[in-house]
Amino acid sequence: METTKRKLRVTGTAVFDGDLAQKGYALNKMCFSFNDAANRQAFAADEAGYCQRYGLNAEQYAAVRERNVLGLLAAGGNVYYLAKFAGILGLDVQDLGALQTGMSKEAFKQMLLEAGK
Amino acid sequence: MAKIVGGITTSHVPAIGRAIAQNLQQDPYWKPFFDGFPPVQKWLDEVKPDVAIVIYNDHGLNFFLDKLPTFAVGAAAQYHNADEGWGIPTLPPFAGDAELSWQLINGLVADEFDITTCQEMLVDHAFSLPMKLLWPEQDRCPVRTIPVCINTVQYPLPSAARCYKLGEAIARAVASWPDDLKVVIIGTGGLSHQLDGERAGFINKAFDLQFMDSLTAAPKWATQYSNEELVEQTGTQGVELLMWLTTRGALPGEVVELHRNYHIPISNTAAGLMLFECR
Repeated sequence: METTKRKLRVTGTAVFDGDLAQKGYALNKMCFSFNDAANRQAFAADEAGYCQRYGLNAEQYAAVRERNVLGLLAAGGNVYYLAKFAGILGLDVQDLGALQTGMSKEAFKQMLLEAGK
Repeated sequence: MAKIVGGITTSHVPAIGRAIAQNLQQDPYWKPFFDGFPPVQKWLDEVKPDVAIVIYNDHGLNFFLDKLPTFAVGAAAQYHNADEGWGIPTLPPFAGDAELSWQLINGLVADEFDITTCQEMLVDHAFSLPMKLLWPEQDRCPVRTIPVCINTVQYPLPSAARCYKLGEAIARAVASWPDDLKVVIIGTGGLSHQLDGERAGFINKAFDLQFMDSLTAAPKWATQYSNEELVEQTGTQGVELLMWLTTRGALPGEVVELHRNYHIPISNTAAGLMLFECR
């Protein structure tokens, strides 16, 4: 059952509601652990083992392995926690924007500039 | 009697921390953003508030989905900033004002805002960076602080109308405090931006400007919108304008806009800054 009565109808936009929060709990919990530098190092040293310790499901683990941002969101990832995973990979939010929109980073940054005109 | 002297609303973006650490304030990319702040710094220097009540949203530093309060109020003698996972420098601790915190907590609960109280509370970039922007010269923030955290991570979020009322309740709690204190309200977040999904990069300048105008002309204008409508208009993280509405709700009496800045983009965000004075 959907926990919210009204889902967003905007293309390419989801609100992180009870359904996603339940679905993504393990993935988000792992990303939350990346606040700690020792945990970031432990992940880098053994990604598969680290994901397993946090109980990621197959969809979540595949999205982590493939660095698939839209896949991570679809698997219940919340962008505030995923940003910590992106930090490990050395990606900023414009890299993430480019990856999600299928644009080059330069084109994505240009789009942001255009929004100011 | 404690008095709310004014309000400041500003965007918060982790990249600001990196820009400060690398002294990029006059870099062409950053200059239009940082140049917005000196008038506000000057006002703070003249008014010299004793306490800042800082309305912000945590991004997964202090709170996780295991226990996620809708509204949380700090009640500590000190608040620590900490590693958020992406390598921006950690700022020194911020002094609290536990006495006024408990006044606020008692007042809010009496006013039917059943907030969560936090005697330990890490404060993330949404709290720490605006303080550094407002008091850039001091190693340590010179005012005592009270963090008020609003959930924007997991829906349902409190509505815009509810956040405005929280601000009004904060104002009532401060006004009933007998000590002579000058209090400034600082709200951080927004304006329009979206980090996630195929619509990442969404910015809505027209809505942002209308919203900024409304805070003087018709402060409750944005409370007509549901959070889903605000996401449509401002992006998934643009909904952080709830902090601005809470701040505006907390400003009593006649309110005058003294300064504003608006610049697109910093990082993925339309950056806004406003200074209001209570007359």
